[in-house]
Amino acid sequence: MSRHWRTLMSTLRRLAGTPIATLITVSVIGIALSLPAGLYLLLSNLAQVSSSLEIQPQISLFLKLDAGRDAQRQIEQKLKSHGAIRTFRFVSREQALKELSASNGLGDLAAGLPNNPLPDAYILTAKGNDAALLDKLRLEVSQWPGVESAELDSAWARRLNALLELGQQLTLMLAVLLAFGLIAGMGNIIRLQILTRQEEIEVSKLVGATNRFIRLPFLYHGALQGLLGGLAAWGIIATSTQLLNISVTRLASLYGSTFRLGGLAMNDVAMLLGISAFLGWLGAYLAVSHFLRHFHLSHH
Amino acid sequence: MISLSQVSKRYPGGYEALKDISFTIEKGEMVFVTGHSGAGKSTLLNLIVAIEPPSSGSIIINGQNLSQLRPAAVPFLRRNFGLIFQDHKLLFDRSAFDNVMLPLEITGFDRAEAAKRVRAALDKVGLLEREKAMPIALSGGEQQRLCIARAIVHRPSILLADEPTGNLDSAYAGEILEMFKSFNQVGVTVVIVTHDEQLIERFGNRTLHFQHGRLAS
Repeated sequence: MSRHWRTLMSTLRRLAGTPIATLITVSVIGIALSLPAGLYLLLSNLAQVSSSLEIQPQISLFLKLDAGRDAQRQIEQKLKSHGAIRTFRFVSREQALKELSASNGLGDLAAGLPNNPLPDAYILTAKGNDAALLDKLRLEVSQWPGVESAELDSAWARRLNALLELGQQLTLMLAVLLAFGLIAGMGNIIRLQILTRQEEIEVSKLVGATNRFIRLPFLYHGALQGLLGGLAAWGIIATSTQLLNISVTRLASLYGSTFRLGGLAMNDVAMLLGISAFLGWLGAYLAVSHFLRHFHLSHH
Repeated sequence: MISLSQVSKRYPGGYEALKDISFTIEKGEMVFVTGHSGAGKSTLLNLIVAIEPPSSGSIIINGQNLSQLRPAAVPFLRRNFGLIFQDHKLLFDRSAFDNVMLPLEITGFDRAEAAKRVRAALDKVGLLEREKAMPIALSGGEQQRLCIARAIVHRPSILLADEPTGNLDSAYAGEILEMFKSFNQVGVTVVIVTHDEQLIERFGNRTLHFQHGRLAS
């Protein structure tokens, strides 16, 4: 245990002894990590927005403005007997105008209208949730006499969800690629470290050091630089979130929302630091092991 | 105990550094190994500390047959030895004290106990006053003695010295040799590789004489 403590201390001294090199390395790791971590944060913020929306698919059935009572009654009959429809409710044009006036930011607009432009409508929910079936249903009802158009309300929410999923996949791919890059980069940094400490390794081996003993300081070096890089990434993300929030809150307030970007949660930060330290450790481990496999002592 | 039986070492390209070498150095013996450069002395040392394997024959160190040693066991074999190098192989990024500490650090020795042993070893070679000095600030003779302190600090059963007096004047060389003799008197097996015939005559120990890779009688 005391060896670990002393190795940690001497590694810190070594890092502090070359401040410029350490700063550069830590910045590179920090920037590389902040890309996927920042994207992850952005996506989880968007996912939060989208999950607060109604995903239960609804079909809005707008009647023609000149559709009479008869047409409406026929439509209602058809809706009642249709096997694929679970619920439906009627929204009269007067009611729709009232809802519009009450809704945020649009009240003034509604008040300024000379007459009610809104049609009568039915809001339907279907029994299934399958996109193809919903679309078929939408098409069917849109062709009924007296119907102006039918719209699948959830379509954009589903599109957003699909986009988020795509974004998550891209983030994951980016993260994996950058992880490989970081391991390789850290391996190279440790390789340079090894070259400057080759004598120490040689003498240690001659006096009976195991590979494990020789590896330890380099593993600390890699893990510590990874950890510092993770902290840098955290700092970059926290600062960017603060800066972006100035614009985001202004934009949100225009929509009457108090939405603001959330920062990384504590367990996300722990994960970020854990992963960055691990990647540094792994790069160092691979570099030292490779070196030891090809290193041959000669006492002359 | 070091025992070689019919040991040969051929290098790729056909050069034969050692040919059919057999000898035994008993526990507690002090032996000189001599011969011209290229006679095979260095190869012999490399084989004994398992830096390279022999092409044929067997080497037994303290009852362990090196050819049956797993690679992972080699570090533990090396802890039987105290190695003294002609070029000292000191680490210039740390003090005299820390140089001598290295073999104990490797074995995971208790730190306080290790510090005592390091000071005892430095005292034995007359460098106790210089424990904080960096090797670069030491004279050639002092560097050699520091190397000796590092070789004895973990109380090895075998001391292997490669040209320990190579760069020293003869008075100083005699002093170093007396030091080895005192280690030998407390039971350490001592093997000294040297080409200094005068020194050998003065001490009159058993001498293994190498000539073109063969052991001359």
